[in-house]
Amino acid sequence: MRLVLFIAIVVLGGTAGDIAVSHAMKQIGEVHPLRPSVIARVLGRAFRTGWMWIGIALMAVGFFSLLALLSWADVSVVVPATALSYVAGALGAKFLLHEEVAPVRWAGVLLVCLGVALISVS
Amino acid sequence: MSARPLHKKTYALLASMVFFSSLGNVLLSRGMKQIGEIRDFSPAALATVFVKVFTNGSIWLGILSLLVFFVSYLLLLSWADFSYVQPASAIGYALVAVLGYFVLGEFVSMTRWTGVLFICAGVALVGGTEPRTGF
Repeated sequence: MRLVLFIAIVVLGGTAGDIAVSHAMKQIGEVHPLRPSVIARVLGRAFRTGWMWIGIALMAVGFFSLLALLSWADVSVVVPATALSYVAGALGAKFLLHEEVAPVRWAGVLLVCLGVALISVS
Repeated sequence: MSARPLHKKTYALLASMVFFSSLGNVLLSRGMKQIGEIRDFSPAALATVFVKVFTNGSIWLGILSLLVFFVSYLLLLSWADFSYVQPASAIGYALVAVLGYFVLGEFVSMTRWTGVLFICAGVALVGGTEPRTGF
């Protein structure tokens, strides 16, 4: 049960963190041209964006939960189980963003779920 | 640029990505096993764990390894499509189990290997809908 809870935090923290950081970067706009001076200026702006810090905080929560998990669980269980982020991604795309999710993608999601079920009983 | 060097560079970076992400997680795992199971989640106990984590050599090597992974990933994404990179990197889920078995001596049962293979296939399918990167 503890395993399930922490995997859920790792997956949801990581995914929500990605979304927040992506949102922050979209607010800033495309990095162009890809020169060091431009990158430095964009980074400066990124760290003054609220969503960036929310993203970083969420990713930190995910990372420390991963470390906590690894303090007792096998890495050959934990890392494959984090593939559930693809399941979260597909469900989020379908039900939050109302995107079309291709049947092949659902087949992949199903395989990931079956795989995680198998490793969680092993 | 001719197709050949790009082709080689793509494979080299993919290999680097898969290898260093798996190695990174295995090293983090070794470090956390050295620190010991976290049972007490009180702020004081977590502060002690925090200090142990950031003074552990394996953890730092793991973080370094994950940084190498991240740089390879970013470089690769600068020319390869995500829909090509993501399914190809699915093999990392198998590599982490292999490394767990050989480096950390984890017992990986037949059921677990089967689960890992299902996950690799599933992740490859999820991302592999439209691989477009020419190479």
